[in-house]
Order: sequence, then structure tokens, then C-alpha cells
Amino acid sequence: MPDMNKQQREQLPTASDEQPQFGSIENPGLMLADEEGTTLEKRGAYAAPEVQGPQSKPRGAWGEAWRELRHNPSFYVSGVLLLFLIFMAFFPGVFTDIDPRHCPILDTNKDPSGDHWFGTNVQGCDVYARTVFGARASIIVGVATTALIVVIGGLIGALSGYFGGWLDTILARVTDIFFGIPLLLAALVFMSSFKDRTVWTVVAALGIFGWMQIARIMRGSVITVKKSDYVVAARALGAGTGRILGRHVLPNAIAPVIVVATISLGTFIATEATLSFLGIGLPPTEISWGADISSATTALRDSPYQLIFPSIFLSVTVFSFILLGDAVRDALDPKLR
Amino acid sequence: MTTIDTKKKPEGSGSAGAAPLLEVDNLHVEFRTREGVAKAINGVSYDVSAGETLAVLGESGSGKSVTAQTIMGILDMPPGHITGGEIRFHGKDMLKMSKEERRKIRGQKISMIFQDALSALNPVYSVGFQLAEMFTVHRGMSRKNAKLKAIELMDQVRIPAAKDRVDDYPHQFSGGMRQRIMIAMALALDPELIIADEPTTALDVTVQAQVMDLLAELQRERNMGLILITHDLGVVADVADKIAVMYAGRIVEQAPVRELYRQPTHPYTKGLLESIPRLDHKGRELYAIKGLPPNLMRIPSGCAFNPRCPYAQDICRSDVPPLHRISAGRGSACHFWETVMEGEVRG
Repeated sequence: MPDMNKQQREQLPTASDEQPQFGSIENPGLMLADEEGTTLEKRGAYAAPEVQGPQSKPRGAWGEAWRELRHNPSFYVSGVLLLFLIFMAFFPGVFTDIDPRHCPILDTNKDPSGDHWFGTNVQGCDVYARTVFGARASIIVGVATTALIVVIGGLIGALSGYFGGWLDTILARVTDIFFGIPLLLAALVFMSSFKDRTVWTVVAALGIFGWMQIARIMRGSVITVKKSDYVVAARALGAGTGRILGRHVLPNAIAPVIVVATISLGTFIATEATLSFLGIGLPPTEISWGADISSATTALRDSPYQLIFPSIFLSVTVFSFILLGDAVRDALDPKLR
Repeated sequence: MTTIDTKKKPEGSGSAGAAPLLEVDNLHVEFRTREGVAKAINGVSYDVSAGETLAVLGESGSGKSVTAQTIMGILDMPPGHITGGEIRFHGKDMLKMSKEERRKIRGQKISMIFQDALSALNPVYSVGFQLAEMFTVHRGMSRKNAKLKAIELMDQVRIPAAKDRVDDYPHQFSGGMRQRIMIAMALALDPELIIADEPTTALDVTVQAQVMDLLAELQRERNMGLILITHDLGVVADVADKIAVMYAGRIVEQAPVRELYRQPTHPYTKGLLESIPRLDHKGRELYAIKGLPPNLMRIPSGCAFNPRCPYAQDICRSDVPPLHRISAGRGSACHFWETVMEGEVRG
């Protein structure tokens, strides 16, 4: 019997706990009156956000962001474009059976036709085939460089943000120094010091001189998260440094980094194209949009197609990544919109 | 409905004569900042036994939270520096322990409840995951068993339909429910002492009472020590066994709860009691202690309260009053405690 009483006593306050309070505990009568319908409308309005919570499927911050993303048209546009480009990068054979390295010199500078959709270039190579095959280098450089800067920048930023003190001072100065070096110039110098250049040399060059923005953002983000109550609470409940960093700081600090990384992916692809255009990027044996754009300039007046088609693909790729980055930013930080 | 842990037999609150669980002894903490040195704690001593509730009362900046952070070992150092004193847990000075030893005490022996549960819970994990993690990490339980334990704990802190809500995220709970989760987290590893730093300040009044009752009940059941930090005199009256009132980093009055309410012996406590609104004084102007709390970088000489004190005389401006022992468990850091004690509490 006393147990029953206890239960009853608990039931009322617990239920009311879920709702905004209109009556007070000293005045339960008032609260009941409210529940019976006098201000039901008002109640409903106030309780609305709460109602949906327990019934719908629980969602964390990431689930919420994913839901937001799925309602964003620019996510679909960029997503479809990127899937298409990535597919093209990995399976160029699906799109063409012309060998991009087969260049009969007699076919030089042909206009687009049934045989050569985008025409041919100076050496007589098929521009369509070269454009299709050129996607691979761009996508690999973009994705690998971004992965590299997230690792380098993320690590440096997280360390200096979390530990602070002299480590922060040193790392911040190092970041400043690298910030002072223009990416393109540094990459040019770096690349010219290698005899055998591959895709990975380009990735290294862009990665080594491109991580600073990520580091700064990571640092700021970690500092904010580090001071949050749940990190202090985790410490108070016995969590060690590794656990705090891995479980609490990083998952909460990574969002802005993802946004910036996605956007910079596009700019790295553009920078690779610039390097290749200048003749210092990928070796001539590799097929790259930048190199093709460069060689097309010589025949610009007679056959502009050689320049236009790879340029369109390059622009669309860069645009898609930047658009995706915008969509991700909107999803992860709705306040920024 | 609620399953109650019966491993520990309740021994009645405040088992007299037993060695205290935790003793803070003449603790000094200061913050060294660019603007100067702020003396946040200037010789605080108090103790808590198993099953006992100590309420630490004081306004913002009185050092009550800093003391708690120092006990927990979560004080930001630097700028914080512990310049003196001991904190003994089961007689052993925690300030001399290694980092690893202290970490093992946190959460398992001494645990803490924070003011704002929404910000004290990690937003990217479900509450069930966060609760279960306490068991997987510290008790080596399997994920499945840990989740069952998490549901059991949520039941114990009276979250309705715990089984359905275990996968919900912190923002999907109401304030009161969130604070219950926070309490569950703190209780997960069966600590001997809980420090609750303003556990009900972020809640509205009706929910405050429920959460406070729950906390008090769980404490009795498990015979834990409880340090309740608050600035709300109303919260402590029903729950605490004894009260320590802090002002400018010192304890100005220490007393069993009933005696303090009936007969304060420090002008500051008296002022606090007099500034509580009372129904029978309707229409009368509410009393307020004049002046502002002191700047911790420039604490007044002598008694820190002297510029605001109606009893202040020359000696108060020159000599720091020691904590005069009035009776067992009762002390006042006022030169004129006898006069204050005789005076009636106006309201």
C-alpha cells in the first residue's frame, strides 16, 4: 500500500515535468484546471517541440545534420554530379572505348564529329577520351590532398587547441609562417625540385602547404569544445585524456573542419590544374585537365573545343565540391545561414 | 517499480563519531591572471561523513564552486594554483596523489553533478550510450549488459519509460529529466561522495523540488556523503544536515541546519535570512544586504564583510576574525558573534 502511494505521488510531478509549468506545486489545482482544457490551445503550442521528440526516432547531432542535408536541393545537385564524376574517374572505359593515348598525328585539330565528339587536339588525340580519363587525376589529387590536410591540420590544430601553453605558441607561429607562403608559389618550387613527378608528388606539395586553414579552424573549435561542461563533466566522472579527446572533443569539434575540407577539395583540384597548366604539375604521361587546357591554348583560335571541354569538366567538378561544402555547412551549422 | 540497490544498508544520516569521509583542511586557492592575483579560497575547512549532507552556501564568487573543483581535481591549473591546505579522502591527502590515483577516485569514489545538465551531457551521443560507457570503461562490462544497467539506472532516477528513451539524445529531454540523467551518471559507479554544484539552479521551481527530493532519497539509500553547493537558502533547508556559509573565499559560519536558520551567528548569514521574501511580511520592503561582494583581487583588510556589515567596528577593519567555536559543529567568523546571536532575525 505505501508503495502505491509513492508511485502515485511520483506520477503526477513526472508527467508535468515533461510539460511547461503553468501551475505550481503549491497550487496543483491550477495545474489540473489547465490540463482540463481551459488553456489547452496555449499548452499545445508550448509543448509542440517536446511532443515530436520522444515519438519520432531518436536522432543525434549527426542524424539531424543528415536529415537537414536530405532536404537541401544543392546536396542532390552536387551529389549527383560528383557521383557521376567519381564513377567516370574510376571507370573511364564505360564512357569511351577510344584510347586517349592513341594519337594519330594525321587527325590533328579536328572539329567535333561523330567519331570525335569533342574533336581532337594538336597531336590528334581524341579530346573526349582525354577529358574522361583526365577526371581520375583531378579527383585523386582533390580527395587525397584533402585527406592529407585534414590529418596534418587536424592534428596540429587539435594539439595546440587542447594542450595550449607553449605548444600552442609554437604551433601557432609555425602555422603563421606557412600561412605567409602562397600555396601556388610554394607548390611550384616544391614540384620543380622533383625529377619524377607523380600524382602523389602533387598531393604532397598541396598538402604540405595547404593545411593551415584547417589547423586554425580545428584549434578554435577544440578550444570551444574543451571548455564545454560535458568535457569537464567527463573529467569529473573519471575519463582520461585519450578518452576525452577521442570521445568528446574531436566528435564535437570536427564539424567546421568537414565543411572547410569539402570546400577546399574543389580549390585543390583547381590548383592541380593550374600547376599542370604551368607545366610543373603532373608529368606529361599522365592525363590531366590542366595539362590539356595548357596544350589547347596553342590552337585556341582554330579549334577552341580543345580548351572548352576540359575547362567545363574542371569547372563543374570544382563547383560541385564547393556546392557540396555549402550544403554540408548548412546542415552542420544552421545558424550560419 | 524502481529497483533499488540494497548492497549498502542505510545507517541513518550523519552517523556521529565516525571518521569523516572527506576533510577539507585550511585550503588556499588563488588565480594568477594578467590583471593580478585573485584569492578565491582563503583557508576553507569542512568535512563530510558518509550519509551526511553538507550544504555550502554563498553567492557567486564566494569560492564555493572553486572548492568543489579543487576537490574533484578539475580546477583549471593554470591559472588556478593551490597554495596551501589538504583535502583528505578517507584520511589520505588527495593533493599529494598522482594524477592516475586521482583519476581513479573521480567518478568511482567521488562524483559530481553539474548545474546545467544540457551542457554537461555530450550532444553527439544518446544518453543511454553515455550512461553505458561508465560501465564499459570502468567496469569492463559488455555493451549489452551496460545498456541494461543504463536502463536500470534511468529507472532508479525515475525516468518514465526508460527502456524507450535510452536511445534518445540529451536535447530530447526536458530540463528536469536531463538533470535526472546527470544524477544517474554521477551515481553509476556507486560513489561514496557526491558533489552537487547548484544541481537545481537551471530548473524551474516545481521541478527543483522533485530533483532535490530524488537526490536526497538516493543519498539516504546509498548512505553517500553529499556536498550540496547552492546560493538558494530554500533548497537546503529540507535536505542538509549542516551548512557552511562562504564569503570571499572563507567560511564565515558553520552550523547544523536548524540552528543556523533559528539563530544565525554571523551578520552575513543573518542578512541572507532576512532577505528571503516571506508571506507574512507582504507589502513591506524586502531587506537587502547593502553593497556588493568584494573583488577577489582586492579583498578588504580585516573581515572581508566589514564594508557591508551593520555591526562593523574598528577591529573588523584591522583583524581577520577566526572561526570562533560556539558549540559542537558550530562556528562563526565574526568578532561580535555573541551580539549577532542575541539579535532577532527580522524579515
